[in-house]
Amino acid sequence: MPTKVERWKDEAYGTEIRDHLERFASEGFQSIPEDERDAWFERFKWWGLYHQRKGQESYFMLRIGTPMGRMTPEQLRTVGEVAREYATGPVDNPEFGAAYADFTTRQSIQLHWIDIEDVPDIFEELESVGLSTMQACGDSWRNIVGSPVAGRDADEHVDVWPIVRDLHDRFKGNDLYTNLPRKWKVAVTGDYRGAGQGDINDLAFEPAVKELDGESVEGFNVRVGGGLARKEPRFARDIDVFCRPENVPAVAAGLSGLFRDYGDREDRFNARMKFLVDEWGPEKVRSVLQEEYVDYELPTAGEDLREEYDYNAGRADAPGDYVGVYEQRDGQHFVGLSVLVGRMAAEDVIELADLADAYDASMIGLTQRQNVIVGDIADEDLSEFLEEPLLEEYSPDPHPFMRGSIACTGTEYCSLSIVETKNRMVRYARWLRDNVPVPEGVEDFHIHLSGCTASCAQPQIADISLRGMKTRKDGDAVEAFDVGLGGGLGENPRFADWIEMRVPADEVPGYIANLLGTYEAEREDSESFRSFVADRDEDELADLAEPEATSYEDPYLANTKMTWYPYAEDDSMSASPSPTGPNDEPLPTDD
Amino acid sequence: MPTAVHQLDDGAWISVNDTREVTVSDLWRLATDEFCSCRLTDFLSEGFVEVAADGPRVEARVAGQCIRCGASGVTGWLTLGRVDPDTDTFYPVAPGAIRRSNRASPGSD
Repeated sequence: MPTKVERWKDEAYGTEIRDHLERFASEGFQSIPEDERDAWFERFKWWGLYHQRKGQESYFMLRIGTPMGRMTPEQLRTVGEVAREYATGPVDNPEFGAAYADFTTRQSIQLHWIDIEDVPDIFEELESVGLSTMQACGDSWRNIVGSPVAGRDADEHVDVWPIVRDLHDRFKGNDLYTNLPRKWKVAVTGDYRGAGQGDINDLAFEPAVKELDGESVEGFNVRVGGGLARKEPRFARDIDVFCRPENVPAVAAGLSGLFRDYGDREDRFNARMKFLVDEWGPEKVRSVLQEEYVDYELPTAGEDLREEYDYNAGRADAPGDYVGVYEQRDGQHFVGLSVLVGRMAAEDVIELADLADAYDASMIGLTQRQNVIVGDIADEDLSEFLEEPLLEEYSPDPHPFMRGSIACTGTEYCSLSIVETKNRMVRYARWLRDNVPVPEGVEDFHIHLSGCTASCAQPQIADISLRGMKTRKDGDAVEAFDVGLGGGLGENPRFADWIEMRVPADEVPGYIANLLGTYEAEREDSESFRSFVADRDEDELADLAEPEATSYEDPYLANTKMTWYPYAEDDSMSASPSPTGPNDEPLPTDD
Repeated sequence: MPTAVHQLDDGAWISVNDTREVTVSDLWRLATDEFCSCRLTDFLSEGFVEVAADGPRVEARVAGQCIRCGASGVTGWLTLGRVDPDTDTFYPVAPGAIRRSNRASPGSD
């Protein structure tokens, strides 16, 4: 029997939701019938609106999808202005202030504290510069990920930007693919870095070369069924298909149609493509695709370029991100700036857009490591650009612990998360920077902190993986983390081994300090941390270090999920002002 | 009127009569030898897998783990609370209560 969500989607879904949203916006939050709210909030996701967690009723997270994270300075400025005007709540965040934008691990942008009454104005402002929230959440084609510097990157096989723009145009607002069994995440990679991170997506186009009709063709191999959520991580599986660039839309349509028709609509926990690939195997996926969804003979896979992948690969010989200064094909430069945990104050977003304009930079890029890139800096302007004051905060040459830290949204806003994340990761990174020697030669050390098993911070593919948990300390329940080691992508991707379980959150920095001390003392030559972990068995890894309380202080150790907002002076659930009207004033209730 | 229950947002919370009532990340004490060998399971709820109403009783099967021994899995049917049929008000099980899984499984959502 179809799930309740499927029944709600059958009644109304897709583009038509826009009209309902605008009606509710004009009539106010309370015009949404109470007995229909669950259904409407589920449908609103298709338009990028996600109802915030308990205690924050009537506020929404709004997600803007930017294909491959690629934006213009004008678009970035608009995001900053929208954040400044609309993304403010009743209480400021102690680290980030009143208004900010979050750059996500799928190259989108999230704003919080959005009132439904403001949504039409926000849509108008975003759409005036070519931005959209359509399908940013919900059961459909999500934001397509890939390298934001495609076409500029000197380290590139195929420029995939025209392909991704075409896919974006074809599959956003397309009735045939509006209502899929679950989310559908696509990565298109054209570089030698593997920066699309295709292995963790439902559908991945990976750079490859194939001899066809006596001619060497540059195109893509196809993998399907990757994903990290729910303690069921899968790397995308090779279905032995090579795809010419011009055939990417047909293969993408075929595979998303196959998912639409054969995906599980009776159990949402079994609905993702990874489970269909588990059930069928890659060979059946290929044969059904061939027989039912494409009208040309699919070539077998070509020769891939995976051995060159270095993005988030934990290699000692190459950076695993885009932070720093890189030469473009045209002799100009792109500069990758570190944005700690991906959160940037609205005023800084606007200032960065102004800065990009001042240097005639026509491209801004958001990366899957929650950082930002400014492209097209002329050689003669580079030194001056690197001296800009804003780059002291968002540095192209940050400390390794600031550079590699990723965090999801956490209990600040998210219903699923078990622990506080972003502010804690900021505090972890600062403490590590100030107290822990960086092992010789390490420039780029990846710590991914995720609040729960949904894995939005991609915890399984980091040097150190932190996944939200709880434990008891002196009898009291405290926020904690399971700690994993040695994950990463690259030629041979590997999920982290979970080594230390239920470590109290205030003992995690001490554990990392002890671990890195052992690594520095015991590694061979310039062995990478990932390789150091891979060379040891589970018992040896467990013996590497112990958790330890240190000078690190954690203000979020108690149960932040029980608060209405973790940073409010009176944070008790009963102190929540929600639901509120557009000016954060509590709405009258029946009580 | 029958009680309307469903789990939403990837099992993050349970709606009872269209009101968000129970969310994940709470710690519950379970008296069951089905889940782990601890005398009392110190259970962290990580996701609601199934939810159903059995008369006024709201029940769910919940994914999570015992934070004492680390055992993880999905519970049997646990009572989350009751709905007052006269007022439709949901009364959750007290946070410190000891919970037992119900032998009879109601029809799932």
